[in-house]
Amino acid sequence: MSEQQEYLDVSVWRGDASSGDYQSFRVPEYASQTILDVVSWIQQNADPTLTYRFACRVGMCGSCAMMVNGSPRWTCRTHVKKVAGKDRKLKIAPLRNLPVIKDLAADMAPFFDKWVKAGGRHAPSATRNDPIPQIKPESAGRDAANAGIECINCSVCYAACDTVTGNPDYLGPAALQRAWTIVNDEKHGNRDAVIEIVSAAGGCHNCHSMGSCTLHCPNDLDPMSAIAGLKRLTARNFFKRGA
Amino acid sequence: MRGHRNHPLWFAFLLHRLSGLGLALFLPAHFWMLSMVLTNPEGFDGFARWTDHPLVKFAEFGLVFLLAVHLFGGLRLLALEFLPWPARHKTLAAASIAGAFLVSGAFFLNAV
Repeated sequence: MSEQQEYLDVSVWRGDASSGDYQSFRVPEYASQTILDVVSWIQQNADPTLTYRFACRVGMCGSCAMMVNGSPRWTCRTHVKKVAGKDRKLKIAPLRNLPVIKDLAADMAPFFDKWVKAGGRHAPSATRNDPIPQIKPESAGRDAANAGIECINCSVCYAACDTVTGNPDYLGPAALQRAWTIVNDEKHGNRDAVIEIVSAAGGCHNCHSMGSCTLHCPNDLDPMSAIAGLKRLTARNFFKRGA
Repeated sequence: MRGHRNHPLWFAFLLHRLSGLGLALFLPAHFWMLSMVLTNPEGFDGFARWTDHPLVKFAEFGLVFLLAVHLFGGLRLLALEFLPWPARHKTLAAASIAGAFLVSGAFFLNAV
C-alpha cells in the first residue's frame, strides 16, 4: 500500500536587519521530521540562498533556535508533528529580541555580551598550589548552582521574555540564571561583584515573573526561579545593610 | 495572542497589571468623592443617589473583582518570588487558601 505524499505549508522569514517579508514554500512531510529538517530541505532543494544556523543537530550546541509558529524553540529537537496543526502550516522566523543578520540567523552578540556582563567568566578563588576546597554535592548551595548549569545558551528564554523586549538593558533570563549559579558556587572568587551587577538597573529586579523563560526552556531549566533567588538574596542584603 | 505569551503565568501578569491600572484610575475619583463630604455635602448626596443606579451597582462588582484580582495577584507574586518552596507545595498552599476563602466568604455572605 503506497501512502500519498503530504506537504507542509511553510512560510519562512526572508530579509536582513533593515527589511524583509515571509516567503512561502511547499515542503514534503516525512515521519519524525524536525523543524531544522524542514529548513534544511528548503535550503537544499528550493532556495540555496536561505541563511540559517545550526551545528550539532542533537540539542547540545544551542545554535539552531528560531521562532516557530510564534514561540521560540530549538528547531533540531522540535518535531513538526508537535507544532504544525491539522492544516500543516508552519511559520518560521528568526529569534525575537535580537538583531537579524539575514533570514533565520539572528545576531547573538547582545545575548552573549549580557552573559559575560552578569559574570560569564569564572573568577578563581584559589591558585593551583592551594588545596582544592571540598564541596558537598548534597549541600543546598551546590543544589542551587547545579539547577542552572545545563544551560546551552540557545537564547530561547531571551527571545520569549517580554521584559527584554521592553527594556534593551535588561540582562535577561539566561544571564541572570548564570549569575545565580555563580552566587551559589563556593569556588567562585568574585561573587560580591556579581551580586552588585544583578542588583543594579537592568538586573534581577527588572523581572516581572511572566514565566515565559521557564515555560520555553528546552532543557527544562527554571530561570524564573533562579531570578527569584537573586531577588531574595539582594532584598535580604538591602535590609541587612539598612539595619 | 502571540504563541510565546499563551500560558497562565503570562495571563496572571497581564491581569495583575490591568487590575492595577483600573484601581489607579478609580482611586483618585473615589477619594475626590469622599472629600466632598467635607467640602460639598449636597454634591456628595447627588453622587450617592447616582450610585443607586443599577448600572453603577453592577459596575461595583467589577470594582470588587479588580480589588480581589489585584490583592491575590500581589500575594501570588510575593509567594512566587520570596518563598523558595517547591511548586507542588505552593499549589497546595494556594488551593487551601482559596478553599478557606470560599468557606469564610460563604459564612460572611450568610451573616450579611
